[in-house]
Amino acid sequence: AEWIHRFSLPTCPLLAVLHNENTNFIRIIVSIAGQFFSSGHTNNWAVLVCTSRFWFNYRHVANTLSVYRSVKRLGIPDSHIVLMLADDMACNHRNPKPATVFSHKNMELNVYGDDVEVDYRGYEVTVENFLRVLTGRLPPSTPRSKRLLSDDRSNILIYLTGHGGNGFLKFQDSEEISNVELADAFEQMWQKRRYNELLFIIDTCQGASMYERFYSPNIMALASSQVGEDSLSHQPDLAIGVHLMDRYTFYMLEFLEDIHPASKTNMNDLFKVCPKSQCVSTPGHRTDLFLRDPGSVLITDFFGSVRKVELTMDAINLTDPIKQMEENPVNGEEQKEVYSYADQLPVSEIIHQKPKQKDWHPPDGFILGLWTLILLVFFKTYGIKHLKHIF
Amino acid sequence: MAEPKFRVCLCMFWAVCPKDDFQEELVIRPLHSGDIYASFQFRTLWDTDFMRENKVSHYRLFPKSLGQVISKFSVRELHISFTQGYWRTMQWGQPFIPSPPGAELWVWFQDSVTDVDATWKELTNVLSGIFCASLNFIDSTNTVQPSASFKPLGIGNVTDHSFLRYATLPREIVCTENLTPWKKLLPCGSKAGLAVLLKSEKLFHSSFHSQAVHIRSVCQDWQCKTTSWELRQTVNSVFDLHNSGQAKREWSLFKMFSRTLTEACPLASSSKLYIDITDNPQGEQFELSPATSLLSQAVVLGDRRTFSVYDLTQETTFGSVRSLNLLIRWKSNEGEMLRPLLHAERYVAGYGLQTGEIHTLMYNNHPYRSFPVLLLDSVPWYLRLYIHTLSVTSKGKDNKPSYIHYEPSKDRVKPHLLEMLIQLPPNSVTEVTVQFERALLKWTEYPPDPNHGFYVGSSVISSLVPSTVAMDTNSTRERPLFSSFFPCKEESSYFVRIYTEPLLVNLPTPDFSMPYNVICLTCTVVAVGYGSLYNLLTRSFQIEEPNPGLAKRIANVIRKMRGVPPL
Repeated sequence: AEWIHRFSLPTCPLLAVLHNENTNFIRIIVSIAGQFFSSGHTNNWAVLVCTSRFWFNYRHVANTLSVYRSVKRLGIPDSHIVLMLADDMACNHRNPKPATVFSHKNMELNVYGDDVEVDYRGYEVTVENFLRVLTGRLPPSTPRSKRLLSDDRSNILIYLTGHGGNGFLKFQDSEEISNVELADAFEQMWQKRRYNELLFIIDTCQGASMYERFYSPNIMALASSQVGEDSLSHQPDLAIGVHLMDRYTFYMLEFLEDIHPASKTNMNDLFKVCPKSQCVSTPGHRTDLFLRDPGSVLITDFFGSVRKVELTMDAINLTDPIKQMEENPVNGEEQKEVYSYADQLPVSEIIHQKPKQKDWHPPDGFILGLWTLILLVFFKTYGIKHLKHIF
Repeated sequence: MAEPKFRVCLCMFWAVCPKDDFQEELVIRPLHSGDIYASFQFRTLWDTDFMRENKVSHYRLFPKSLGQVISKFSVRELHISFTQGYWRTMQWGQPFIPSPPGAELWVWFQDSVTDVDATWKELTNVLSGIFCASLNFIDSTNTVQPSASFKPLGIGNVTDHSFLRYATLPREIVCTENLTPWKKLLPCGSKAGLAVLLKSEKLFHSSFHSQAVHIRSVCQDWQCKTTSWELRQTVNSVFDLHNSGQAKREWSLFKMFSRTLTEACPLASSSKLYIDITDNPQGEQFELSPATSLLSQAVVLGDRRTFSVYDLTQETTFGSVRSLNLLIRWKSNEGEMLRPLLHAERYVAGYGLQTGEIHTLMYNNHPYRSFPVLLLDSVPWYLRLYIHTLSVTSKGKDNKPSYIHYEPSKDRVKPHLLEMLIQLPPNSVTEVTVQFERALLKWTEYPPDPNHGFYVGSSVISSLVPSTVAMDTNSTRERPLFSSFFPCKEESSYFVRIYTEPLLVNLPTPDFSMPYNVICLTCTVVAVGYGSLYNLLTRSFQIEEPNPGLAKRIANVIRKMRGVPPL
């Protein structure tokens, strides 16, 4: 008998095991498998950044977390997501419902959830750290969860939100990143072969100015407003007291909630999200640097994740069932040393503790100068002939 | 131990592999103010040697990420805690596992480590990735090397303090992103056993929440000839009666955690729930349901406490509904709380942005016994302490410490370290004061929100407090986890560590818009002033004839043609 696991389209884990008889099935499966890699990427990454601090910028954290939630739901694992939140809203003391971040008033959707891993938080979200993550130039002791370990077959989604202006994005109210810096960072990524295709989404005021300067290939960019326009926030919640989300990301979240890992929706639908009637600002996009036609790019190419697929035609023999073993009493020799716990507050020992010997350092510059001055004055007053009495 | 425990071992090959054991327990202690204190402890014991040449590769109950950290960085002991809130000793008594607000990390390294500072830096970076916390901000400016406090809690005879490092980040925020990786270290995760109660929405909506990981070596049995590694993961929470929106005083597992217990962790050898009923021997203060006949007594924190025990490994505990929702209903509000013998406070006095004074008060509430305390203070370099103004007074008189260790700070390199061993007289308040001056930082050193202020980490007070009942020094009997955290050497006193409040001081903050203002003003002055001066010096004047009228111009043209000088 033959049996196949059900497989769906690119974003589901897949292991097809077939019986040897029907080769037609094998041909069909191989041809479907060929479609998996038609977009050219083998793994997906996401870099989601919220750059604003302070409680009244709650909506920026909610924006980033809602994209995080969608991206996780569609398959990208935490190890492939670099999430940077500049301030903590969920456990902020002003939050009337701790450990929650809501996207919709009446507290319908908690985008923070119970399973969230923030890689860069608080003061760590700086322009320097963001550029280092993109270009990969991190100190050697940086842990894996804080690195963007992408290769030349990775599709990367980069989402930025915060306060911005014409040509810059403000980080934490104290520094800015300009569109030239960002374009250069992407060019470094291209030259180091750190991405296959890149989708850049920005939700700030005058967001379109941030993608004006891009010059590297295979970048598609979306922004929530054109130069000269402000991106507006959606609606406040009277219980929490602040605006919960920005309009563009709110409608984008609504759009993404309808996407599932097997969707065939393409980028042209994403460009239509939040028209001027809903957003008040005019969202923009830029596709001239992108090689493929946006109509053939699936949403799941960036928001979902390709899993590693192994097709095999042979049956696999499982090993013997694992047997539990009884403990063998260890007959070692009698060890001489008996361990004991340390005394937590040995008063007499502490009182009689000798001060530790400090390492000898050569005398400081001031001391040397002082002694030189004294010697000079001495020889000046008493004459050089006294030297022979010293040496 | 009298009889060896039976432990199963899962092995791929028919070889002897190290034995590991997992226990979990939850202690619920109703507090006098109506709040309730819940303390979770998850302990994994493993008889293995991380320090041997060939690396340990088969992990079962012990989490692999921590095992690799121990072997890579030659860690002897590791204690890390994340706390939100401050423990109010006077209202709540003493906690089972104390912790300061923010993040605290202290590590004892093995003797084989050659460069402790470099290993410390790498370790903090790796831990910041494991726990999703900003532990990479721990560097030499907030790390100290205590000379007498923080002796190892595990076994060990050598206590060379050059292998000890202690750092604290009082500003660190604790939220679900720290709890998520913490829960993933448990053998059952958060799917079974007591860990299903750890839901972030309820845990962080509390007056105090602390989660910690403690790794140390412990004796395997009563002979203590061999050791095993112990990993303890603890969660301490205090739930507020009024915050959770209740009218009458009644607590249940569902109200505290929004979950009930359905089963024990299958990998646990013991899974127990303890309720402290010492103040309720006959059931006159509160009523506990479902009732249980198991009782246990333990000496913990210098007092003999009685506990009702629910054993979750027994099917009968869950009853017919297959879930355990403990209900504690109060009947009367009487009862006096046992006053803690030692507690401490700390505050900043003074006015203005130049100088100030740090006051630390330690209260000894014992009527006739005095006991020693070891005070550890680590003050950042930007508060310049004047140690000549340090004064320790008890009951108005000078109280000279029997041991003082002071390491002065170095600007931007290391903080102040002050350790003192002070004998607290009975029934007294001891006040330690020291004056300081605030430094002006360079403008790039200010955080993005400098007007919030700068934190000074909690003081640590370690002490041997006299106990009212004989402490249990026999480490061989099976003891509940909450009573076996601090090792006990003598019967008459128990070791306690308390943390004071962290301080929040304002440093003189410059106006960050001034560079822009100065540039605008200077350029304007330069443009106006220099421009005018340049014009005055280099401008030359020429006389210019006014334009003649039309008639005269025609006449001039005719005269030019005639060759006659113009008008």
